[in-house]
Amino acid sequence: MNAVALSLLDFLYPRIPLGDWADSFITWFGNVFGWLLDAFTWLMQSTYQLLFQILAFPKILVDNGAIADSSVLRALIIFAMILVFAGIAWIASNWKVALFTVLGFYAIWALAQWENAMSTLALVLVAVIVALILALPLGVLAAKSQIVSTILKPILDFMQAMPALAYLVPAIVMFSVGVVPGAFATIIFAMPPGVRLTELAIRQVAEDKVEAAQAFGATPAHILFKVQLPLAMATIMAGINQVIMLALSMVVLAGMAGSGGLGGEVVGAISRLNVGIGVEAGLAVVILAVYLDRVTAGLGSKTPLERAKRAS
Amino acid sequence: MSAVRASHVWKVFGRNEKEVVKRIKAGADRSEVADLGTAAVIDASFEVSRGEIFVVMGLSGSGKSTLIRMINGLWAPSDGTIEIAGKDISAMGPTQLRQVRRDSISMVFQHFALLPHRTVRENAAYSLDLQGVPRKEARERADEWLNTVGLGGWGDKYPNQLSGGMQQRVGLARALAAETDILLMDEAFSALDPLIRREMQDQLVELQSTLEKTIVFITHDLNEAMYLGDRIAVMRDGRIAQIGTSEDILTRPTDDYVANFVQDVDRTRVLTASSIMQDTTAVVRHSAGPRTAMRLFERERVSGLFVIDSTRHLLGAVDDRAAVRAARDGATVLSDYVETDGILTVGPDTPLSELFAPSSTARVPLAVVDGDNRLLGVIPRIAVLSSMSQVGPSTGEMPAVTPLPANVEPQDDAEAFTAQDDDAPEPKPGIAAAGAGHVDEPDEPLPGDPASEGPTDDTMGADR
Repeated sequence: MNAVALSLLDFLYPRIPLGDWADSFITWFGNVFGWLLDAFTWLMQSTYQLLFQILAFPKILVDNGAIADSSVLRALIIFAMILVFAGIAWIASNWKVALFTVLGFYAIWALAQWENAMSTLALVLVAVIVALILALPLGVLAAKSQIVSTILKPILDFMQAMPALAYLVPAIVMFSVGVVPGAFATIIFAMPPGVRLTELAIRQVAEDKVEAAQAFGATPAHILFKVQLPLAMATIMAGINQVIMLALSMVVLAGMAGSGGLGGEVVGAISRLNVGIGVEAGLAVVILAVYLDRVTAGLGSKTPLERAKRAS
Repeated sequence: MSAVRASHVWKVFGRNEKEVVKRIKAGADRSEVADLGTAAVIDASFEVSRGEIFVVMGLSGSGKSTLIRMINGLWAPSDGTIEIAGKDISAMGPTQLRQVRRDSISMVFQHFALLPHRTVRENAAYSLDLQGVPRKEARERADEWLNTVGLGGWGDKYPNQLSGGMQQRVGLARALAAETDILLMDEAFSALDPLIRREMQDQLVELQSTLEKTIVFITHDLNEAMYLGDRIAVMRDGRIAQIGTSEDILTRPTDDYVANFVQDVDRTRVLTASSIMQDTTAVVRHSAGPRTAMRLFERERVSGLFVIDSTRHLLGAVDDRAAVRAARDGATVLSDYVETDGILTVGPDTPLSELFAPSSTARVPLAVVDGDNRLLGVIPRIAVLSSMSQVGPSTGEMPAVTPLPANVEPQDDAEAFTAQDDDAPEPKPGIAAAGAGHVDEPDEPLPGDPASEGPTDDTMGADR
């Protein structure tokens, strides 16, 4: 009698301890798959370090005492790097984007955010590479199999709709403070459009092209790599562009997890109520975002199909 | 061994293919089992021999596209077998099937299905790439085929820089470059505008005369089917309603559906002079006398006779006034009174569409002659007009090749037999022999009793 009344009360005033479950799940996961987390941490950390050292090598030289902090040589190296970024923009897009790059990156240098910007760029690139390594094959699988597509759909919805901050806490628990939790949260948040647009891109390749390839005896692998992917490339590039932009939007959150870079500056500015630093770091994020967007959009219009379209 | 043989092929789209096949075999209607699956092709059997253009014709939804896709194994039949050069492809694994597609069957698609990111040359070389031909050689061979289809110099363009007709030429070059024995053409010209379509049809016929591929051609356009097809299969609701030559289908439709279908066909492209020409009794030998001619004028109720020699060479015509004049002059033969003006001759393969102009100006029926100027038959103006109108008795009786009835022969004298022997290579022995019969008629005694003419007239009827 009493037990029944209790369970009725439970029904009327329910409290599902999902949080406790999630807590213990994360703890259990950390215990059982600690090696996996360690491997991931090591991979992220070392890749990030490598990229950062390449992008910010003048700073490394300064720290090693090879060149002086305010030497002409350091400035020249930075200017050379700005020109390299501009050259990439020119190749990928056009001279206007290249000009913007020169001005924008010079502004980043002038705002004293160069090292922070390079750190953020390295973090974004690592996260985007991992996200794409996961997203592209998943998108191809989802395009080939209705079952995979049906299973993936709610998972992707969950990944995108869950507030990104909510990933950050378990990420910090699992990976402790630093670059890795930020990269992890970024990967999860930025991946879904990559999967979705890859699936869509392959599905929208006209059926008759695939059929023609089949009719001439093409293997499934040939059809995927020589017919479907080239024809889908423009849409896939749009997906990659989205992944990059979402990843960049996560840098501030990554800063909260202690990844440093521009995100760290912004978070620091908030805690110290320092408007100036916040604005400077924020502007650098915007310049990076515009640069990455234009470059990837430019690459998207350089696919063979787009070239063929322009030929007419 | 036929190039393609389909025996009792079924294709059902749906969850339970076998059940649908079983029920329809047991007598169920296609619509009764629609919730189990859609029967796209029902019990189709046909053979395509080497070098033949076999046209499968039907409206959309009749199953013709499904049928052609079973020939190269894009879809596996639910029941029945498809053999390519004697090998059952429905029993093959995917690797084997791909090999057959590379080496034996190529395909041309309705909407071209070119790869837009490849140049025209690379598209044409696509089938060769898949066959593993080295890149450079593949490009060279592709260029040759592009030349063949009239696209020389366009190799560096992209497909979307070409018009529809040119794109389909690329599709054709791609299929021909594979150098397979079998060519499948799925509504290949249907997306093109009529003038280009006609041009492509002509080009296909021309190419076929040298390449001698086995072509399975799908179309919903009856005129196209009639023009291209050595044989035509008419499909309706998944079943093959009739298989036959274009004339078979036009003149002897198996059912009302086919008859209605062919009602609107442009007969002028399909029918030729030989299919509408009539045998005639209004013919006189040049050695015959004027009284023979006058008797024929009376009997045939005509005012002109064709004059031929003993081996049926057309010499000209003689009209009734000339015959009367000859009789008055006391001439014994008509040969001096033969007119050659105003007699228009056409070959047996002249299409109907080219008969209108001469027919409208000629005073006498058109004479159909073979290459040696031998009279094969005549085409009165009314025959040209009525052939346009319907699938009726007049077209039904047209084809003229029938076994020679025995009752002609007693009338033939020795000379006629000789003539007959001379005519041995004559393409249409039935007509020639019957003609020999008419030639002899004037040699009969003049007051010949009607009974002696009776069998001759019967022969005419039978020959038509």
